[in-house]
Amino acid sequence: MNDVILNMPSVLRGFSAVVRRDILLAWKRPGDMLNPLFFFAMVSTLFPLAVGPTTEQLAFSGPGVVWVAALLASLLSLNSLFMSDFEDGSLDQLLLSPQPLPMLTLAKAVSHWLIAGLPLVLVSPLVAITFQMPARTIGVMMVTLSFGTMSLSLLGSIGAALTVGLNRGTALLSLLILPLAMPVLIFGARTVSMAAADDAVSAGVYFLAAYCMLMLTLAPFATAAALRISNE
Amino acid sequence: MWTFFHKLASPPHFYDLAAKFIPWFAVLGFVFVAYGTVAGLFFAPADYQQGDAFRIIYVHVPAAYLSMMAYMIMAVSAGIGLVWRIKLSHAVAAAAAPLGAWFTFLALATGSIWGRPMWGTWWEWGDPRLTSELIMLFLYFGYMALRAAIDDPAKADKASAVLALVGAVNIPIIHFSVEWWSSLHQGATLIREGGPAIQTSMLYPLLAMIFGFTFLFGALLLGRVRTEVLFRERRSRWVYNLVLPDEGRG
Repeated sequence: MNDVILNMPSVLRGFSAVVRRDILLAWKRPGDMLNPLFFFAMVSTLFPLAVGPTTEQLAFSGPGVVWVAALLASLLSLNSLFMSDFEDGSLDQLLLSPQPLPMLTLAKAVSHWLIAGLPLVLVSPLVAITFQMPARTIGVMMVTLSFGTMSLSLLGSIGAALTVGLNRGTALLSLLILPLAMPVLIFGARTVSMAAADDAVSAGVYFLAAYCMLMLTLAPFATAAALRISNE
Repeated sequence: MWTFFHKLASPPHFYDLAAKFIPWFAVLGFVFVAYGTVAGLFFAPADYQQGDAFRIIYVHVPAAYLSMMAYMIMAVSAGIGLVWRIKLSHAVAAAAAPLGAWFTFLALATGSIWGRPMWGTWWEWGDPRLTSELIMLFLYFGYMALRAAIDDPAKADKASAVLALVGAVNIPIIHFSVEWWSSLHQGATLIREGGPAIQTSMLYPLLAMIFGFTFLFGALLLGRVRTEVLFRERRSRWVYNLVLPDEGRG
């Protein structure tokens, strides 16, 4: 009995094993990782075509467009967060493992951010340049997008856990998550707009960071509870 | 004390108890709403700024308050159901959601109608309360959609309870962020409530409407919970005996 407990991998090792596995899986199937990025670029292209090409229009709508596109793109990949694990049975192994489940769901959310959120943040300057954003604004945008996509991955993991195995597609997940994601969108887009207008941005950045911390502490527990309910 | 709660959680007991409360709630509700309607529409003086248009608050304010009250009832009873595994409180949460959504819709519709003469538009994104009510409506839709999407009723109860609790944590943050957002680009056309304090001849009908709406909400909620309980317990002995008393012990 003692041996079992002593030989059990530490919580940190369980965490990193899940993250490593998810990143490896994403690496082997790069299409899943790239599609949301193309979607992000595509949606950002639609807006100038729909709104009009003048510099003022683009500079005015840029922050909002980038944020809405990022929100939708990361929502797109959230649907599959637990789906493949559910289908091949490895989700059951996660639930049965002696590791604390909230830690594992945190690992799933973190790896989702590394796979879907971080690439978005890294690609966003390319989109921002086409919207005539100055360098300082781009910096603020990347910081806010980092916190925002992290919050979305965590918030979305709750929704993905609630809808896993329902086969209702992204529409239901969007309906669950988008109203809750409103504060992230509001503060994210507005902070970038304020940076573009040379206003102080620290309040918005602090709020997004605080929201991200709140989600980091609460969301894994809600996700774990939701997973147990969905798989009982 | 505890036996009272234990009895309350038993569906047949609640079913009978609710039947006793509904007429009282309904009568009280109608009396208050009747007084509030007559006094509010005919006797309260017209507002010096808004004229007669302000009278829509006699519907708008109670509806807006109940839209949040219903969410609170939903989230609290969902939480109770999740923690203590009381099936009845899940039934209460399920029954409260559509009512809350309707009151939210009513608050939005009346707010929009009020906005037409006051702001000159049917919809004003600059008003934080309208916007957060709209997000509230989407939260109700999400809750009901999740409940409808899961076939297993016990699973639907628990999953939607988690969602209701997550929503309850987020609602204050949503309200706060919408206020912050709108305070940055607010037009001067808005008439804020910072005007003169409300007169008693306007206030009493409003209070009566709030009480009346609450009692009517209570009656509707209890009625819906009774139906919900009856449907959920449709395979149980007591419902069988209730519906077909003459069939004997079938």
